[in-house]
Amino acid sequence: MSLNKSPNKNEMPCQDPQARARNFDEVALGYTEETAVDEANRCMGCKKEPCRQGCPVQVPIPEFIAKIQERDFAGAIQIIKTKNALPAVCGRVCPQEAQCEKYCVRGKKGDPVGIGRLERFVADLERSQGVKPVDCAPPTGKKVAVVGSGPAGLTVAADCAQAGHKVTMFEALHVPGGVLMYGIPEFRLPKAIVQAEIDNLRKIGVDIQVNSVIGAIDTVDELLENEGYDAVFLGTGAGLPYFLGIPGENMNGVYSANEFLTRTNLMKAYLFPEYDTPIKVGKVVVTLGGGNVAMDCARTALRLGAEKSYIVYRRSMDELPARIEEVHHAQEEGVIFNILTNPTKLMGNDKNWVTSMECLRYELGEPDASGRRSPVPIKGSEFVMDVDTVVVAIGQGPNPLVPRTTKGLETNKKGNIVASEETGATSKPKCFAGGDVVTGAATVIKAMGAGRVAATSICEMLKNS
Amino acid sequence: MYKILKKEVLSPTLKLFEIEAPKIAKKCQAGQFVILRIDEKGERVPLTIADFDREKGTITLIFAEVGKSTQQLGRMEAGDSLLDFIGPLGRPSEIEKYGRVVCIGAGVGIAPVFPITRALKEAGNEVIGIAAARTKELLFWLDEFKAQCHEFHVCTDDGTAGEKGLVTDVLKKIIEEKGKIDYVIVIGPIPAMKFTSKMTKPLGIKTMASMNCIMVDGTGMCGACRVTVGDETKFACVDGPEFDGHLIDFDEAARRGEQFKDEEQRALAAASCGGGCGCH
Repeated sequence: MSLNKSPNKNEMPCQDPQARARNFDEVALGYTEETAVDEANRCMGCKKEPCRQGCPVQVPIPEFIAKIQERDFAGAIQIIKTKNALPAVCGRVCPQEAQCEKYCVRGKKGDPVGIGRLERFVADLERSQGVKPVDCAPPTGKKVAVVGSGPAGLTVAADCAQAGHKVTMFEALHVPGGVLMYGIPEFRLPKAIVQAEIDNLRKIGVDIQVNSVIGAIDTVDELLENEGYDAVFLGTGAGLPYFLGIPGENMNGVYSANEFLTRTNLMKAYLFPEYDTPIKVGKVVVTLGGGNVAMDCARTALRLGAEKSYIVYRRSMDELPARIEEVHHAQEEGVIFNILTNPTKLMGNDKNWVTSMECLRYELGEPDASGRRSPVPIKGSEFVMDVDTVVVAIGQGPNPLVPRTTKGLETNKKGNIVASEETGATSKPKCFAGGDVVTGAATVIKAMGAGRVAATSICEMLKNS
Repeated sequence: MYKILKKEVLSPTLKLFEIEAPKIAKKCQAGQFVILRIDEKGERVPLTIADFDREKGTITLIFAEVGKSTQQLGRMEAGDSLLDFIGPLGRPSEIEKYGRVVCIGAGVGIAPVFPITRALKEAGNEVIGIAAARTKELLFWLDEFKAQCHEFHVCTDDGTAGEKGLVTDVLKKIIEEKGKIDYVIVIGPIPAMKFTSKMTKPLGIKTMASMNCIMVDGTGMCGACRVTVGDETKFACVDGPEFDGHLIDFDEAARRGEQFKDEEQRALAAASCGGGCGCH
């Protein structure tokens, strides 16, 4: 191969912003074979692999890119899959700019190599050609229960199954995938892709029990004591929505981001009445919050037919916690950012439907505990916005169902399970935890990294028992 | 898949199913509910458990056909299967020895109040039951309900069965007669629960009502089922479904229940003509 010296990353073709803001099809269209090889040729194959240290699951990045350079795409995906069971997902939703690509040497002068886009390319190509399951170690006779089938649980299931353990994954909803299915919208992460990656886990023997609410149907203690599991992993996520606690929040037309996205993604309310679950948005939709979930909601609102979709956020554009790419996509599609603003109350009509929102303007003060400049309300700056629908996307906490029913499981003040960062071990023997239920709402790949850590500890424990 | 083992037609719009779900039957307790989904395009429908048989591994549900999904459900027969069946969800009823208790089932609420009544009797309470409905055809399970009660009343709005009048009329008489009532549980349409609670509040009788809210997941992750109880917002699916009737904002709950009324009409219309006609 000859090094591609261009300082620019190959562009990712995307659907036209005007058109895509009104459909649920995937926004980013992916590289072609030629673009992928051209982009792969920008990789210098550093021996020290700085990119790899930025990947929470340590994918051997230069090795798989070298295979793309040789046009051995099947070889490339096999290398990725030794470390990552969900490459088509990660290639799409990882914040690469803060992970692998942050450390890429090419990023010092120009753009880093498009690692995420290349990972996505080979994963998509393999899916279109039929997937070869990864090799697993011979059966060990040990049983591992994985509670929750989001990114953390999926990683633990994949790793433990590959190590030869019998894995059962319990999921409360009717489909596995956690936030990948109910949270991240179809236009960023098509659900068929998530299902295909989960099917790969079934092919290596992972038993997935949906409709199984652990804590209700079986407690963690019962899994360990009566059902013969040798280890339990808790990856139940942060699915408990926070509300602002302002007057009017229980009026009709006010959704949590979780409800709004679950109706749309999991229940396919955008296809109502072909699908039975309804959703209602008015002409003006306001999403409260500035994270990725808020961007997903604001963009979903447009696709559901809103004429105007606002983000209302109390700090400035610089403090938005969402990925820059997501903010850009939202802006291109016409989402309006009403920053340095926070609501104080919601007002409605006699039928209890929200009609307007009283807000205060803010200015930025000194940095707070999070290191971001703290928003300070400006006295007398009250104003009223007319709204038809409000989506509250200010964060989520851990669901209390499992901690409430598990003896000896330590949780912190916020209700998160306490688990060691190095091992994933909790205060309860044989019980490990990772992902959002430990850290609070974070990213897909961080949850997968935590899953990897816990899986390693579980396998170590089972080897010695 | 969850098989329907038995179907009973209680009235033209009221059906009973016995569903094979051994894991749920093993664990469920009075006051809890399940969520079901009929098929791939279906919505998640919450229904309170009317009865269960731990040995047979079955759950009994009774539902009124009020919309697209429940009508579709009503057309299913023994031998058919439901795609998804999730539970037991919600907190169980607080069963204690209160003393003299009144258990009120209004309309389809007779079904969920039945296992609670049985549990309260087994806990050593003196149980007075009231079964109420708009009209005779909507009453069911009177013998079963009565068998769990020391004293039993039936009333209908139109007087076609039992005493003519509302649950509150019957309750008022009972209170006047007995003097001391220690606990009331009421399940049924919001007005029945609201006015029962209104009557017992000044008398200081502890009253619990089971809220039948709009739900999506039923596991506490979305807040669709939120209810204002006192000064707090509660999620009916994980904090309830039973709450202190003296603290529930019933008017808000009634309006929240109507949130998707137009869509429900559209779904019904689409289902009745096949949806391909463009008439809706």
